[in-house]
Formats: sequence, structure tokens, C-alpha cells
Amino acid sequence: MRKVAIIGVGHSRFGNRQDVNICELAFEAVKPALEDAGLTAKDIPYVPVASIGVWYEEPLPAVAIAEYCGLTGAGLAKFEAACATGSAATYAAYTAVASGHVDTAMVIGAEKMKEVDAFTAVELIGRAGYYLWEFENFGMTFPAYYALHAVAHMNKYGTTEEDLALVAVKNHKYGAMNPLAHFQHEITVDDVLSSYVVAWPLKLYDCCPITDGAAAIVLASEEKVKELGIDTPVWIDAVGFSSGTGNLSKRGTYVGLEASVQASKMAYKMAKITPDDLDVANVHDCFTIAEILAYEDLGFCKKGDGTKMIREGETEIGGRIPVNIDGGLKAKGHPIGATGVSMMVELTKQLREEVKPKSRQAPMKNYIALAHNVGGTGHYCYVTVLKR
Amino acid sequence: MSEMPTIRSRPLHITYNIPISKTLKFWEGLKEGKIYATKCKKCGKLYFPPVANCAACYSSEMEWVELSGEGEIETFTHVIVKPASFSSEPPYTVAIAKLKEGVRVLAWLVGVKKKDVKVGLKVKLSAKTTSEGRLTYEFRPIDEG
Repeated sequence: MRKVAIIGVGHSRFGNRQDVNICELAFEAVKPALEDAGLTAKDIPYVPVASIGVWYEEPLPAVAIAEYCGLTGAGLAKFEAACATGSAATYAAYTAVASGHVDTAMVIGAEKMKEVDAFTAVELIGRAGYYLWEFENFGMTFPAYYALHAVAHMNKYGTTEEDLALVAVKNHKYGAMNPLAHFQHEITVDDVLSSYVVAWPLKLYDCCPITDGAAAIVLASEEKVKELGIDTPVWIDAVGFSSGTGNLSKRGTYVGLEASVQASKMAYKMAKITPDDLDVANVHDCFTIAEILAYEDLGFCKKGDGTKMIREGETEIGGRIPVNIDGGLKAKGHPIGATGVSMMVELTKQLREEVKPKSRQAPMKNYIALAHNVGGTGHYCYVTVLKR
Repeated sequence: MSEMPTIRSRPLHITYNIPISKTLKFWEGLKEGKIYATKCKKCGKLYFPPVANCAACYSSEMEWVELSGEGEIETFTHVIVKPASFSSEPPYTVAIAKLKEGVRVLAWLVGVKKKDVKVGLKVKLSAKTTSEGRLTYEFRPIDEG
């Protein structure tokens, strides 16, 4: 296997993007990613596209986006790993370059979720578990799936609704510093607690928004990095993955996501690191409880101590492991297919120490970052370790 | 954000005809008020939801086992914001319970006030046909008094 680096990143503004269609939105990420890499569309032989679709009109987004961005002729495919789609597509590009099959590849994550009404979006996301046994008769929603975990965690470890609110407050704080975030305003614990209940105990501000957005990354082999004279390549040091059952009723526990535990173990082993080596992490905070579960499942702390980490500010800039300091899914937004790619963009910028404003830059010691991307409710999980 | 100009796409309405021939006894059982699981004749693994093929040993020799329906709530949520196709339903409580036989079931929990729903609540699963004619099953608390 060859070494593979991220050499170019691009990111659209996330939010309600009724001003653009899926192709125009993708272009906003593709153009800066190619410019950043110093390449043109003709140089890219393989383009995995991360997008779930159905909430926008194009059934073959890889084809439409490639045509619109002048990438026709490249090898194309649309990937699906629910909310972990962006990481799954990144892995496909990584293996294609690492194997020597291609020297460069570009991952495009793009999602337009706001072309359907909110209740239809809730329906489509809610069906994304095991439809026949958990949606058909029971109308599960994505917040409801995580609420089942929140209740179990609260019951076992004494986690409170205030603890969950602290995650939202932190991520909104950083979202307010990120000009590409969907939500760029700070909130208080009271704002969270007084927002309406979506799926008890999760309230509106415990939930990530329904978001439009795109992100793109260009990957290259070590030889190509040298040939192009890239001065700050960010290496994909390890990828771990795992999965969980479709039916939540088949899980043995609801206080964590076993897929996260297994995927992170695989990634740490491959990278020969421990969580203590990380300078910064983006974890899958589709809901506030999900970030607390992630701290524990990724080994940032012991099981049950996740609330302690958020209470004591250990995951803020200046804390032990800054987490989701771009606002996370919670405030930056969660355009499903684009999310994993967006994590790579953010962490690449962190590792290059070029985050603006400077106050949002994590201090670097080991130059190691981790992206934790969960699909569904622990149905899929990818953990990617990046290193400068 | 102010409204931006858009055009309306042609509508697309999809419903699926979901095959149930391999698990027909389960669906027929619901009509008779019974809840069946399947058990692998070769390795003995018990499955709920019922399956025609064993994921553990790959045998397709399954037998039907009626469940007691008695169990205990492991976790739950009250769904307030509902999907489009459930918009006419009042808010509902979804729970996962572990049954005496060892399998877990996700279903609606009815017949109990929201404030009385707790982890550990003893429940009984029973079959139901909805007013729309859909075959389903639901939990009710077991009256311990």
C-alpha cells in the first residue's frame, strides 16, 4: 500500500441553499479543492461521490455533478453509508490511490436536503434503519433512535438534559466562529432546555439541522505529492470501520455504539496511536447525546465519563482534546453525504494550521487528527486518522 | 433567508409491495392474536423479527415458536415530531423491551401515562390490527396490582 495524502480541500457554505441546485452547490466545493491542489479537472481519473439523494431531483448525482464540473470520463460512483457516506467515499478514493490503481482521486460530498418539506425529510431519514421492522408500523425518526440511547445513558450514568445541552452550547459557540456554518449564533443552556421536544428527551437544539452543503477533497500518492511539490500534505494515516445491526432491537446495549468502539480500535491500531496523541477531533454529533457517546466509544474517556468531559470543558480549544471546533454537525450542519468529507476538509485545515479566524485553530503538538463518522444510529462507522 | 425562485418537479409517489410469503405465519399469527418468532432447527438461535434463513449457521430449516410477550422496558422515547406518513397519529411512545425468551422487540408502548414510563417497566406484547387494517404489535404495562 502506498501513502496517500489530502492535497486539496474545498467547502461550500452550509445552510438553506435554495439559491443553487445540487451541481452548482458541488461546484462551490470542487473548484477550490482543485485550485488548492494545483490541479485541473482533467487530472482527476476517479471521483467517488458521497450523496444520499432522494430529497433532490437528480437520481444520478455523480454523473450530473461530473458533467457540470468537467469531470466526465473519470471513474464515477455514488456511495451510500447513510451519514457516514462521506467517509466511505473517502475510503474508496484512498484505497484506489494506495493500491496504485490511480495516482489522484477526488471525493465530492454534496447534499440538498431542503428541496422537500421538513416532514418528508424526517420521513426519509427515519426510514434509514431497518424500514420493515422499525418504521413501517412504528414511525421511528432519527432523533427517536438517538433518544433511545439518551434515555439508556441517563438511566445508567445519571446524564442529565443539562449535560446534553452543554454539547449544543459548545458546538454553537464554535459554529458562531465558522463563516461556513449553518448556524452562526451562540445559544445558552436555557435556550436548549426551553426549545420544543422532538423525541424526548431530545429537544430542537439537541438536534442537528437539515442542511444543504458540499465539500470536496483531492487525494494523491506520495510520488504525486513530490512531483507536484505540495508543501503541506496531510496524510491519511489510518482508516477503521465497523457496522451495527439494522434493527436496534438486535443490539445488546443502548449506552454506546459498538460500531464506533470497533472502528476506532482498528484505526488506532493501524495508526499506532492512542486517543492521547490526538490534537483535535471531529466526532459525529448528529445529536447532543451522540457526542457524549462518541467521547466514550472512541476512548477519550471511560464509559460513563462523557458527561464529565463536557462539564469540565475538556473538549474545548485549550482542553485535553478539542472536539467539533468547526461547530460540528450540530451547528455547522449535517448535509448527510457531505458530512464526512466536510470533516476531512476541516481537519486538513486544522493540521495545516490555517484555520481562520485564528481563535478557532486548535494548538498542534503531534499534528494528528481524528474524524469519527457514524452512519444511521451506529449502523455504519468509519474512523479516519489524519497526520501532517 | 428570503424565498429564492424554484420550479416544481413532476411528482413521484412510491409505495412498495413487501413480500411476506417466507414469514407468512408471523403475519397470520398477528390476526389470531399470537406473536411468533423463528428458531433455527440446526443451531437453535431464536430470531425476532422472524427470519427464513439463519444468519448464524446459514441453515434455512426454521421452526415457529410462539412468544410469551412478557418483558421489561430497556429504553424508550416519546416521539413528538413525526414523519410525514405518521402525521395523523397523536404523539407516540416507542420502547425496546427484552422478552423472557431473550429476544428484544421495538414497538409502541400504550396504556400508560408518559410520566409513568420508566426503564424496567414490566410489559406484555400483544398483537393488534389497526383501524387502517395494518397488522402490528404493541406493548402494554403488566398490571402488578
